Amino acid sequence: MRLSKAWTVASKDFKTFTKRKSILYSIIYFEVFVSIGMPLLIRFIASKPGGAAALPTFMNAFSFWFVIGASLLPVGIASYSLIGEKVQKSLEPLLATPTTDEEILAGKSIAAFLPAICSNYIGALIFTVLVDSFTYSTLKYLYYPNWDIAIILFLLAPLACILGVGYNILISSRANDVRAAQQLGTLIILPFGAVYILSEFKVLTLTTNNMLIMAAVLVVIDVIVFYLVKATFQREEILTKWK
Amino acid sequence: MNMIEVKNLTKKFGEITAVDSLTFHVAEGEVFGLLGPNGAGKTTTIRMLCCLISKTSGDARIAGYQIGNGADSLAIRKLIGLVPDNIGLYEELSAYENLDYYGKLYECPEGERKEKIEYFLKMMDLWEKRDQPVSDFSKGMKQKVAIARALIHDPKLLFFDEPTANLDPESSRVVRDFILKLKKDGKTIFINTHNLDEAQRICDRIGILKTKLLAVNTPEQLEKTVWGSRTVIQVEQINDQIIAAVRKLKPKDLSVEENRIILALADPQKENPDFVQEIVSAGCRIQYVTQLNPGLEETYIKVIKETK
Repeated sequence: MRLSKAWTVASKDFKTFTKRKSILYSIIYFEVFVSIGMPLLIRFIASKPGGAAALPTFMNAFSFWFVIGASLLPVGIASYSLIGEKVQKSLEPLLATPTTDEEILAGKSIAAFLPAICSNYIGALIFTVLVDSFTYSTLKYLYYPNWDIAIILFLLAPLACILGVGYNILISSRANDVRAAQQLGTLIILPFGAVYILSEFKVLTLTTNNMLIMAAVLVVIDVIVFYLVKATFQREEILTKWK
Repeated sequence: MNMIEVKNLTKKFGEITAVDSLTFHVAEGEVFGLLGPNGAGKTTTIRMLCCLISKTSGDARIAGYQIGNGADSLAIRKLIGLVPDNIGLYEELSAYENLDYYGKLYECPEGERKEKIEYFLKMMDLWEKRDQPVSDFSKGMKQKVAIARALIHDPKLLFFDEPTANLDPESSRVVRDFILKLKKDGKTIFINTHNLDEAQRICDRIGILKTKLLAVNTPEQLEKTVWGSRTVIQVEQINDQIIAAVRKLKPKDLSVEENRIILALADPQKENPDFVQEIVSAGCRIQYVTQLNPGLEETYIKVIKETK
């Protein structure tokens, strides 16, 4: 596989997304909500009497939004990336070029993965700086950076993002329009949302060990999804069965 | 040298046979047209030859490279340009960006790529609109960009799938003239079309496909093969005596439509004078004698009907 070819495919998609304002806005809205909205909520909790004791639990739970975001943000991009090609009927001339299926698939995956993960990291940077500045006077120490946020950002978030990309490619192979693909694609947040809710109700604690177990499970699921995507993304299948 | 060599090429989708045992060749520099009704297997044939879908059986080679052979597939795709029936441009991108993207995918070096994009866009009168999104273009303009996209890497062989379908007459003419220019430049061209007039004007040879290849020849030879040589003799007043006189000379086939006698003859140049003499001797005045040219459309319809 030639990475330069995959990068060419991804670059074209990046260019397309910059002209699709709806995709850009969906990323920006989510990041503004998590990276600014959540710290403001933490500031409110910190200002309440006895809030200091509850802060670490809330901060850990809120930082899990970056895993949810990593799985959710590729939805708009990945579904447009493939359904857009389907709707514009541009897959046939693309597949007629001397580019392999793997290169096209890698390009499409990079195009969905990079903006999602990069915007997630920018959001996380704003989140941690704001949370530290809002809680320092209460906690008397900087809560971030710590190992838990490192595991969330550099292990769970990329794995969740890969799952989001793969799942959306699978959805896109069956869906006929971008909206339907996006609606089905958002279902990816269900397992991550469940983890978040369970942690909020203290049924599950987001300890370092639990997050490492979650990462191991995600690795297994990612591998399975990768093979499913590889089996689906075959040029003959695309041209004759993708409707 | 043959650019395309096809032997017993077959494609089945489950139980359905889309293309059955095709055998033909296309010489270098030749324009070959494939005619056939909807669902005849024309697009499937192009897709197999472009290595987009696999064959079920048989063999096909493009410039010596074998289709269905993984290693040869990339080499084939480098050699060919495809203009599919659906234009398939990226609507948000400009004409320049569309061509630049494909230039990169076809591995054209940057300088050469820029030169070619400028050359094609200028030639197609689109240079001034190069930065406009393709979504603002008319169908004809989009089709021009799609053709430029297929030519960006200077392919030896071009596949056109219904190149003028859904275009207005003016745009169709522009596309047709451009294909003729490519023909002059020595490109080998394979066209799928419904447009019989277009096929007759552009193609050196024509194949009629309806799952099986029913006939292949030059448009003129195809007519002769299908219809045979037919002579039309228009007389002033037809009567039984004249018909009896004509029958005496034993033509292969004889039919009468109003005052026209239509004869199928094995060797018209030799036999025509005998028939004319016989009719005149029977006391009839001849208005004119001509050769019947049913045209490609009639020929095509006859071939397709005979297979039903």
